[in-house]
Formats: sequence, C-alpha cells, structure tokens
Amino acid sequence: MAHDGTASPTGTGNTELVRVATSEHRLARYGLIAAALTFVGLFLVLPLAAVFTEAMRNGPGEFLTVLSDPETFAAIKLTLLVAGIAVPLNLVFGIAAAWAIAKFEFKGKAFLTTLIDLPFSVSPVISGLVFVLLFGSHSLLAPWLQSHGVQILFAVPGIVLATVFVTFPFVARELIPLMQEQGTSDEEAALSLGASGWQTFWHVTLPNIKWGLLYGVLLCNARAMGEFGAVSVVSGHIRGLTNTMPLQVEILYNEYNFVAAFAVATLLALLALVTLVLKSLLEMKYSAQIAASRRH
Amino acid sequence: MTARTASLWQIRQPSVIPGFGLALGVTLSWLTLIILIPLSGLVWRSSALGWATFWELATDQRTVNALRISFGTAFLAALINVFFGVVLAWVLVRYRFPGKRIIDAMVDLPFALPTAVAGIALTTLYAPNGWIGSLLTPLGIKIAFTPLGIVFALVFVGLPFVVRTVQPIMEEIDKEVEEAAATLGANRFQTIRRVLLPGLAPAVLTGFALAFARGVGEYGSVIFIAGNLPYVSEIAPLLIVIRLEEFNYPAATAIAAVMLVISFAMLLIINMIQAWSRRRYGYGA
Repeated sequence: MAHDGTASPTGTGNTELVRVATSEHRLARYGLIAAALTFVGLFLVLPLAAVFTEAMRNGPGEFLTVLSDPETFAAIKLTLLVAGIAVPLNLVFGIAAAWAIAKFEFKGKAFLTTLIDLPFSVSPVISGLVFVLLFGSHSLLAPWLQSHGVQILFAVPGIVLATVFVTFPFVARELIPLMQEQGTSDEEAALSLGASGWQTFWHVTLPNIKWGLLYGVLLCNARAMGEFGAVSVVSGHIRGLTNTMPLQVEILYNEYNFVAAFAVATLLALLALVTLVLKSLLEMKYSAQIAASRRH
Repeated sequence: MTARTASLWQIRQPSVIPGFGLALGVTLSWLTLIILIPLSGLVWRSSALGWATFWELATDQRTVNALRISFGTAFLAALINVFFGVVLAWVLVRYRFPGKRIIDAMVDLPFALPTAVAGIALTTLYAPNGWIGSLLTPLGIKIAFTPLGIVFALVFVGLPFVVRTVQPIMEEIDKEVEEAAATLGANRFQTIRRVLLPGLAPAVLTGFALAFARGVGEYGSVIFIAGNLPYVSEIAPLLIVIRLEEFNYPAATAIAAVMLVISFAMLLIINMIQAWSRRRYGYGA
C-alpha cells in the first residue's frame, strides 16, 4: 500500500512511476485529506467538544452539584437497571440464534435471519408505538392487565421491552457470521472425544467466540443505555421514576437548564467514548475473532 | 456440511451437533414475543381502521408534509454522506496522515453516542447564537430550527453507514487494476471514474440506502435542532409522538404503517442490490 520512498529491487525510478500512476497528485491528496478532516471536525469532533464545554460552562463545582441531584441519580439507576436486564436477555437470545443459524442447515434460515434484523429498519418511535398499541388503554390486553394490577406502559417493564426490541439484533448479528466462518469441526472433534453438548459449548465454542461476543455486547449495551425514541414513547416521562438518562437530558434541556442537561449528556458521551476505545482495542487485538472487523 | 438433497419431510439436514431444538426454540419464542407479536399488533390495528379511514388519515396534509420532510431530508443527508463518506473512506484506506487511527475510530461515534446527546450538541453548535451558527448568521444562513438543521442531524447519524460499507470494499481493490489502467494510457481521473468507482457502486448504493433508511426513522437527534414547525420542519416520527400524546391512536398507527411499508421496501431494495452485486462482482457490499 505504501509506496513512499522505499527502494524497490528494480530501482527507485520504477517505484516512483507506479506511485504516480496509482495515486493522486499531491495537491489532490492534501485537498481530500483536508476535506475529510473538516467534515469529521464539523460533524463529529465539535459536537463532542460542545457537550463537555457546555457542561463545564459554570465550572466543575456546578457540574458536580447538578450531577448529585436525586432525579439525575434516579435516571442513572434506571438506565443501569434497564441495560442490566435487556443486554443479558439479548445475549442469551443472540447465542441461541447464532447456534441454530450458524451450526445447522435448515429450511427458512435466510428468512429467519431477515426477521432478526427487522428492528434495525423500524423507526425507534414505531418500536415504542407497537408496545403502546399492545398494552395501552385501548388494547385487548388492557382489561386483563388492569384487573391484575399489572403496569407495563409508563413503567419499568415497558421501558425494558422497548429497549429489548431496539437492541434485539446486536449480539446475534455479530455472532452469526463469526460462527458460520468457524464451522462445526471443533465441536465435532469435542463430541467425538466424548464431551457432552454443554461441555462442548462451554469449553470449545465459547472460547472461540468470546471476543466477538464481547464486541456484540458492547454495541448492544451502548444502544440500550442511549436509546431515546422508543423509550420516550413508552416511558410517560415521570420524573424520578421512569426517566432514563437520555430522557432526563431532554427534560432538562427543554426546561432551559442547559448546564444540567449537558452534565448528564457528558456521562453518556463518556460511555460512548469508552465504547469506541474498547471497540477499537478489540478490533486491533482480536480482529481474527471478530466478524465485524472483516465485514465492518 | 454435505450437500445432500434433503427429503421433503426433513426440515433440517442431519448433523452430529446437539442443541438444535433448544436453540431454535429459544430463538423463535423470543422473536415471536418481542418482535412478531408487537409488530403484527400494529399491522392488525391499521387494517382494522378500514381502507377509507386509513387513506384519509394517511393523506392528511400535515401527515403528508411530515412524511415528505422525513423522506426528503433523509434523502439529501444520505446524498451528502455518500459524497463525504466516500472521500473519508478513501482518505482512511489510501493515505497516511497523523491522527488517522483516531479519525477512523471517531467515524463510529454516531453509533455509540446517544441520539439525544447528539441532538443537543448539534443544536448548540448550529443555533443562531451557537459556535458555528453565530458565524453563519451574519451571512444570512440559518441552520438550526429549519429543515436544513434536520439534514445536518441526519448527516451526523448516517455517516458511519456509508463509510463502513464502502471502506472494506476499497481495501479489497487490487492496485494492479489501477496500474493496468495507467499503462493503457488512462490519466488518474479517468482511472477513478471508469475503473474504481464502478466497482464501488454497489457498496455506495447499499451505504446510501442504509443511511437513508436510518434517517427516515430518526427521532432523537432531530427533534432538538428541527424547530418542529408543523408543515415545515416537523418529521413523521415526531408527528406519531404528537398524535399519541393526543390519544389519537388511529392517526399514529396510520403514519407508522406508511413508514413501515416504505422502510420494508427499502430493505428489499438493499437485499436486491447486494444479491446483484454478489452476482456481478463476486462479493456482497
């Protein structure tokens, strides 16, 4: 890829010729790099910088005071709770789906894979709406839910359901191509040596897929903690009770309490940065064991 | 797996690997409970409206405008992303410059940053009194609280889709093809236009479709910057939320149904592009 001044066995002139023929003029190169960097600066770096600057506008003292607000604390706790339920559920589902799809040949497999990807092509607002229609006061289930005192909408179960819906494909999508590529020979060897099904899974399959699994969980968790549209529709925005962190950001912002809104946003931005760093580390160190690094 | 012809009664080909029943059982039950039942509820609710009512709700002027704004801004944002996304991917694949690794990692920021955070950050930048907005106001350019603001938010949200679909295909390009073009007398511009870009076309189209589909449904990053003026800068997902808050479930359902139908058509097109690309070029985008 790099043809920068390293002398080839046939002489530098030849290398130079190849470089000129297969790369752009120096000015074009600099121009393209400048355009790309400006674009990244305007759309990615500056927004991130704005979050931190606005949160610190009145100094770190106020930043900390704002964060120690009990409502903010409740929002953080709810976000952790929701992600703590949704991510493991989708982890188990993802492993099961990948096991069925990657290790076996059966009819309707392509269709099943398409169905798993479905939540990616549904607007987050619609992902929330479907649960409002299912459990709302006009629904068929409403009388039963009411008589049994079960509250799903405008309560934690609704938020969890909406979050599970939007994060549904993440783990499965990462594991399916990875396990398809790894094939079944390792498992067949273990089974022929007398291992049971579960032993084979724990000692052979799981070590093979652990980095890919972690990668999927990382992305699933980022989305679960940051989901806004779907959760907004089902939560009812009850302060201190059904507000997750992103919803708390919205409420504070709409009250013109900008420093507080950006302070909570800072925590979410830090989560995003940690996610990106871990993701890049996984891609760098374990690229062979991550499907996404090949497919991107 | 051996390519045995499965007899008709056989749903799956025989295998020594255990756990098919359990894994498929868990998968199907979870899929049915979380995805299929809720989505079919939406389909059932919109079909229960009856065709006349549905049509009336779907062609309401405010709804039509909202859909037009959502699809129009998403289309424009995806076009902008195709241009800058391809440039960015090219720069990341072909050139060396300081900070390249960080830029490469930053491209995924829109995947990781919650949309509400992106929304308030972009608004702060592009509002008339914001960091960049205040520079543009004297020039008479207004971004936040106009449809242009929606486009900006959707550019942010859609960027990684284009870069991450195009980048791996660019990495696979064999430099010998470019050398061959050069020895046959093509200048660099001709090589790019006639040799490189056609091979990238399926990936670019897929990236465009993904960014477009995401932009159409996007809510969190848009509502802060859009201004949300009915008929002018009100997106379809926001109108669904407004109708829900008015307890006007039929209207919300109708808008959602229209959006879903168009999104699934998009998904179908993406799959067709990929299938075509695999046949034509031997790789999926």
